[in-house]
Parts: sequence; structure tokens; C-alpha cells
Amino acid sequence: MPADDHTHDHGSELSEMQLRVHALETILTEKGYVDPAALDQIVENVETKIGPHIGARIIARAWVDPEFKQRLLADATKAVNSTAGLDPVSNHLIAVENTPQTHNVVVCTLCSCYPWAVLGLPPVWYKSAPYRSRAVIDPKGVLAEFGVSLPSGTAIRIWDSTAETRFLVVPMRPAGTEGWSEEALATLVTRDSMVGTGLPKSPEKPEAAR
Amino acid sequence: MTNSIHDLGGMHGFGPVEIEPDEPRFHADWEKRVVAMMRGMGATGLWTLDGFRASMENLPPVTYLSVSYFERWCRGLERQVVAHGLVGEDELTAGRALRPGIRLNRKLTLDDVNKGGMATFERRAPAPARFKAGDSVRTRNINPATHTRLPRYARGKFGTIEAVRGCHVFPDSAALGAGDNPQWLYAVVFAGRELWGEEADPSIKVSIEAFEPYLTAA
Repeated sequence: MPADDHTHDHGSELSEMQLRVHALETILTEKGYVDPAALDQIVENVETKIGPHIGARIIARAWVDPEFKQRLLADATKAVNSTAGLDPVSNHLIAVENTPQTHNVVVCTLCSCYPWAVLGLPPVWYKSAPYRSRAVIDPKGVLAEFGVSLPSGTAIRIWDSTAETRFLVVPMRPAGTEGWSEEALATLVTRDSMVGTGLPKSPEKPEAAR
Repeated sequence: MTNSIHDLGGMHGFGPVEIEPDEPRFHADWEKRVVAMMRGMGATGLWTLDGFRASMENLPPVTYLSVSYFERWCRGLERQVVAHGLVGEDELTAGRALRPGIRLNRKLTLDDVNKGGMATFERRAPAPARFKAGDSVRTRNINPATHTRLPRYARGKFGTIEAVRGCHVFPDSAALGAGDNPQWLYAVVFAGRELWGEEADPSIKVSIEAFEPYLTAA
């Protein structure tokens, strides 16, 4: 990279990439390698279908249905794909449960593997060098940057996604939600709580948590 | 290259995690097209997921760190289509096709996208699994010049098999276009102190997903 790269303003950098990507797509289309209609549909799916609402429904189901939770922890792909009312997920999904003893955190140090099927696109921080480098060596420091502090004595377990297995953290159900419906519970489940860098929203102050 | 800049686990110096509140799905429209092209071209079957990862890992370290995630994808895709003879460098420069395309065995259709479908990396096992949950293992100290999924921080370390994941496509082979070469995959858990030394926090454990060729009995 040229030494003056950082002096580029944001706008010109974007238009440079717009041109570069447009050129590539033009070439691939003209040479008949891609079908523009198929590409448009992929974009629509990513923008409208997948997202953390899918994972939130799985977590809420696990909170209200102990039998489902047991199956989820045994084989998440099978449990989700054999349960009516949940969107199907791809293979090799693994659910890991937070307990008062252990808090789970997911990372991919080698690239940015992330459970797209249940959480949608990964946020930029998940793909960033600070998170990927430090989650495995300084998880408490990373959690502090997310505003998460765990009771002393809580063990931390980091899952480095080095193969095609994908991890979904099952956070602990917040206190004070006894009798809540599955739908209401799902609104407390945040994306970060399913990666392990956050906790579910508290029922008293649902707007406070990320 | 394996000991490359992508292998970030345990490095210092990148600063705090930058969290963007209410982050949008995409930060620019071109990112959407890159995601779509990745999926579309991936469906041609001309390269594997790990072959693609290898092409990004081979970016010069300074480039790898200074471009955004989706720009890495774009650059990786450009490298792949050129390397597989689908597109010429001159065409990338011109920004348009200068010759007709070559024939592909597979091309992603709208119908394929609508049907969805789930990629599986599990394969029939050529041999029984060598390890079972609870076994003590040591990761091998390997430094291949080609793609691997054994991170540097977890090489030569003692750990415990926690789960047997099944027999999966072996990335180290698939990245080279050398076929699936299915291998057993395990969750291997390490004490934080085994990875990071005596002064590390004793309440931390780290697991990797490790293929059998990465492991020896301990």
C-alpha cells in the first residue's frame, strides 16, 4: 500500500471499490459466469432473511422447552431442523451453553467464520484484528470493552472456529422472566449474547443492552 | 502460506475492539455485490472454500491488514478467477470482457438460490477415529508452506479431546485442489496456561477444532 493511503478521504476510497467491484461483476456477467438474477436474489436473502432474529428464536425456544434445549445441545443442526416453526440451519451448528460456572465466547482467529445461518452477517468488530487476536489470549479484557463483567470465579471458554463447525452461545435466561412467552423472550436475546460478547437484555431495561 | 498474517490469535498491538452501535448489515452497496459474486463463483466448483481462504492469506501482510473484510474477498476473488483462467488480467484492467467466457460445468441459477441447500463438509470415514472424548493429545508442530487450519498459538500444545465431530473435508488438502482427503475432526480443549504460560489467567480455556493429522497421542 502506498504510504499516503491513510490520507484518502472515505468517499474516494468507496468509489474506488465501487468501480473495482462493478468491473469484476461486469466481466463475470459478460463472460456468462454468473446470472445477475441469481446474484440479486442472494443479496435480497442476505438483506431480508438471515439475521440474529433466527438465533434469538432458537434461544427463546431452548429457554421455555427443556427437552428442546437438551436436543439443541446434543446436536444443534438436527434439533433446529426437526423443530416446526424454526428456520432451517446449515450443517455443523454447535450450541454451547452458558452456566453460572462457565461463560462461552466464539471467535475465528484464522479468518472470520461465523454462524451466518442463525446470526446473519458478522459485525465488523468480529472480523477485525483486535478481536481475532485478543479473544483467545485476553478474553476478559475484550469482554470489558463490550461492557461485560462476569462474577468472579466464572470460567471463560473460548471457541476458536478453525473448521466448518459453527458455534451458537446459549446465554442464561434472565431473571425476572418467569412466565414470559417465547416471543417475548426472543426480544431479550441480542446478537452479542449469542456470540458471547454480550448478555441478554434485562427485562427491566431492555433498551440498555446491546 | 500458513505462517501468514491471517493467523492472528494471541498477537498484541491491534488496540481495543472497535464496536459500532447499531451497525448496518453493509457499509456500502458494493459489499453486497461481493457477497453475491463469492457465492455465485463458489458454486462453479472450480475452487474450494479453503482454496479461497488460501488466496486471501497469500495477500501481502500490509494489504491484508489495511483493506476491509469485503475488499479482501474482492481481491481474493480477482486472484481466483485469474488463477483459474476464467478472466484475464487485461480484462480486470479494462473493466470489461475482452474475450468470450470458457465453459463452466456448473453455474448458480436463480432456482438454486431459491432452493437454498446446505453445504456439508462431512464425508464417509476411510478409517475409524483414532481418538475419543477424554483422550490426551498433543498438537503437532507443523509449519507447512501451504494452507492449514492449525493456528500457530496451538501448535505443540497438550490438550484434551472434548468431542468427536465426525469425518470432514481436510482443508490442508482441499486448499491445494488435492481432493477432500477426509479426516476425523475433534474439539480439542487447552488450558489457558498451556497456551499462554504460567502467568496466564487460570480461569481460561480455549478450544480449537482440530483435524486428526494435527494430533498425536499424549
